[in-house]
Amino acid sequence: MTTSQLLAQGQPASELVGKGQHIVNDFSIQIATVNGSGSQSANSVLLRSIFRMGVPVSGKNLFPSNIAGLPTWYTIRVSKHGWVARKTDIDVLIAMNSESAGDDVMALAPGAVVIYDESLKLNEVRDDVTYYAVPFDQLAATTGADAKLRKLIKNMVYVGVAANLLAIDMAKVEATVRKQFAKKVKAAELNLNAVRVGYDYAASTLSKQDPYRVEPMSATEGKIIIDGNSAAAMGAMFAGVTVVAWYPITPSSSVVENLIDYMKRYRVEKDGKASFAIVQAEDELAAIGMVLGAGWAGARSMTASSGPGISLMAEFAGLGYYAELPGVIFDVQRTGPSTGLPTRTSQADLTFVAGLSHGDTKHVILLPGSVKECFEFSIDAFDLAEQLQTPIFVLSDLDLGMNNWMSEPFQYPEKPIDRGKVLDAKQLTELGGFGRYKDVDGDGIPYRTLPGTDHPAAAYFTRGSGHNEKALYSERPEDYENNMLRLAHKFETAATMVPKPVLAGTGHEKVGIIAYGTSHFAVVESRDQLDRECDIATDYIRVRAYPFTQELRDFVATHDRIYVVEQNRDAQMLNLMKVDLDAAEVVKLHSVLHFNGLPIDARSITSVIATQEGACK
Amino acid sequence: MSITPVTPKPVKTNRIGLQILDYRGGKTTLCAGCGHNSISERITEAFYEMGIQPERVMKMSGIGCSSKSPAYFMSRSFSFNSVHGRMPSVATGALLANKTMRSIGVSGDGDTASIGMGQFVHLMRRNVPMIYIIEDNGVYGLTKGQFSATADIGSKLKTGVVNDLPAIDICALAIQLGATFVGRSFSGDKKQLSTMLKAALSHQGTVLLDVISPCVTFNDHEGSTRSYKYMQEHGDAVSEVGFVPYFDDIAVDYDQDTTVDVQLHDGSHMRLRKLHEGYDPTNKSHAVQMLMDVHDKGEVLTGVFYVDTQKADFSTLLNMVDEPLATLPESRTRPGREVLAEIMEAHL
Repeated sequence: MTTSQLLAQGQPASELVGKGQHIVNDFSIQIATVNGSGSQSANSVLLRSIFRMGVPVSGKNLFPSNIAGLPTWYTIRVSKHGWVARKTDIDVLIAMNSESAGDDVMALAPGAVVIYDESLKLNEVRDDVTYYAVPFDQLAATTGADAKLRKLIKNMVYVGVAANLLAIDMAKVEATVRKQFAKKVKAAELNLNAVRVGYDYAASTLSKQDPYRVEPMSATEGKIIIDGNSAAAMGAMFAGVTVVAWYPITPSSSVVENLIDYMKRYRVEKDGKASFAIVQAEDELAAIGMVLGAGWAGARSMTASSGPGISLMAEFAGLGYYAELPGVIFDVQRTGPSTGLPTRTSQADLTFVAGLSHGDTKHVILLPGSVKECFEFSIDAFDLAEQLQTPIFVLSDLDLGMNNWMSEPFQYPEKPIDRGKVLDAKQLTELGGFGRYKDVDGDGIPYRTLPGTDHPAAAYFTRGSGHNEKALYSERPEDYENNMLRLAHKFETAATMVPKPVLAGTGHEKVGIIAYGTSHFAVVESRDQLDRECDIATDYIRVRAYPFTQELRDFVATHDRIYVVEQNRDAQMLNLMKVDLDAAEVVKLHSVLHFNGLPIDARSITSVIATQEGACK
Repeated sequence: MSITPVTPKPVKTNRIGLQILDYRGGKTTLCAGCGHNSISERITEAFYEMGIQPERVMKMSGIGCSSKSPAYFMSRSFSFNSVHGRMPSVATGALLANKTMRSIGVSGDGDTASIGMGQFVHLMRRNVPMIYIIEDNGVYGLTKGQFSATADIGSKLKTGVVNDLPAIDICALAIQLGATFVGRSFSGDKKQLSTMLKAALSHQGTVLLDVISPCVTFNDHEGSTRSYKYMQEHGDAVSEVGFVPYFDDIAVDYDQDTTVDVQLHDGSHMRLRKLHEGYDPTNKSHAVQMLMDVHDKGEVLTGVFYVDTQKADFSTLLNMVDEPLATLPESRTRPGREVLAEIMEAHL
């Protein structure tokens, strides 16, 4: 996705707001609740109602590694400019959690808005913000919902209050609720009633004192809202995945959970039988083992995991590389090392995955930078795995995987499925046999057969030990060396097949920015800030795969100072680039790093680059 | 010296017209006298005699001396020598991809009972349709003779080191976990092992065969409980295993009082003549009890301990289409445009 696609059509890139003026479609809402309180549906209604008004939004869930009882925050960014990265400042706080409320209010900038549960008495905390007290419990009681449901219904009450205060179109709210509860008419009515109770209370009791409001636009027409994990799952189904083995781990579980839903719905045949197998394995070792066993036997196979699971997969990843077995591994990154912050985002698995295994190993990695790319790269990954006969890693992250993003609708794959170099019995007869690890075509990619191929010369011996071109056991120095060199050559071939980087900017600037994955959204906003506020024009290249392609080397060669933006401590992308680049080029690279577990924001990038570049107003 | 004219012997073939040569593997690199080589021989014969097309077979293994052995039988079958202790997952995945293939896994006591225990128990639990052979010698051969977890308590290494931990009884474990055909044999017992292997090929579900296979280099001495001598003296068959393949149109009489007849999935019959008082291979808790009872007696029970022909195997449970998933055409694995449109509509 390019910058221009992200920018809402026909909107100015900036608009100064004076005192007393409205701030329209350019603010953030944070809903502070307790996890397990069922606020997810309410937050989704709020997000989607604004989206339905044609206004660009993004939603981020900041949640603890816990089932119930700890603070959780959901942030909705409303941006007429189309900025969807995290915004650090909160403008409107809906404080529903007594535990965190005090701190939540103190963290606000002066002038912010607080909608709070009357009983919390937050108006005593400070006096430079605008307060709206709401008796949520009493209002929930008036909805007529039974006591058990009131806790959930309370959330819909704040949707109504916010709708009134922020001028969110109630017709859109109603449409959203009805769609969300499409199959449960009663629940829809109950929720709508709660929204109305909140709306009416605000209309009759609260008087608007803040500048924030939503006004209809036409910037979201035809767009969808979806999370990256659902998109990846959808991609896997359209890629024709047949075998899935997984072990639950946050934040990747919903890749497979969504996939199970899709497959049950769309991949069960008329006779009730499944054109797939999905197995919850005993651990990640077994999950990747099943994936590679299935890939070897000809299935399109995949697993989804995150850091700790990927660590366990290291042994099999080496086997997959060396024995040349296809398989797709989604790594939805969270913070490490070790258990780390299981529900926070990061891009810190990059160098580990690039060489995952002992011995000389290099893996092909796809780096989706949007939900649309989660879908597309998922499809590409299955083709690449079979074309290259190697495990393909798709590195997403928690922010992309679990949060809601706007997107253009996904396109149906036009390219037919490519199963790679597989010989059948007829071809074996014509050839009179084959060498499993022989580089026939000069691209480093050998031919394989599938178990069951009905030909006496079809079988070969797959092993993780030393082997020659005929797949026979070999410890001969030249056999080992030739095989390793061929694998290195295959990796060069991979560089010609992976998604190419996306370039933005004139191409003639002195300053360049390199980023990948979810950093993209903060980078596009930061480039706008740098341009407007600091007069720093930048070119931008978004890397979408490893191995790196020539475009990246050219970009480095043609810029004076290059900022590599990434969400990890150790500048992992920059370090991988060092291996590929001439020493003279490496000195041009500078790091912009963000690794506190929260999604990266534009301001963090802008301030580092502005400082390094010298002057800024 | 008189010369007698030699008429060329007709080439012996099996029921699908293949010679025993078509089932041979590469030359073994294991030690001369290694029990594993005898097991490879028996496997070769069983597949030949049952007339199984070699190309329809996947040979799976982990790491260790035992796991090398798939290279020494059936070269026309597809083989996967994976990583240490992880054969179960690879074998499971391969069968998911192609449930029409037969699968035979060869593992060792270290590969299964130590590093591979985690995956082993789940393979048993799933009743994955394959034959899982443990070539059990009580030691790590490739690393020169350390004890494995199936070594008996009190058994002695060549160096004099005595094992002070109890052995894991793989068979008892497998029965408890859900394997549906569990037995133990001895690499030196040609008849019993051959018969059990042929019966195993007729079973649909996990077959676990713990085959005591002496390590002539590191564990065949006095004081070892996995030596040829020890097995000859202490091996104790719970039943005499007989097998009548489905393609033999011969009615063999048997005494219903002394023999348990088991009809296997392909229509073959396994006939188990009781040698032990109260032997009942269809009773799970009895089978486990029988195995536990001899632990302190120094006897090694052999034969078929448990068989269940009713429990659904893992492929059946998954309710997959009849054809291998691996080769389904795009028309059956990629949903149409209308499906994407429907999902997109839901996210508008």
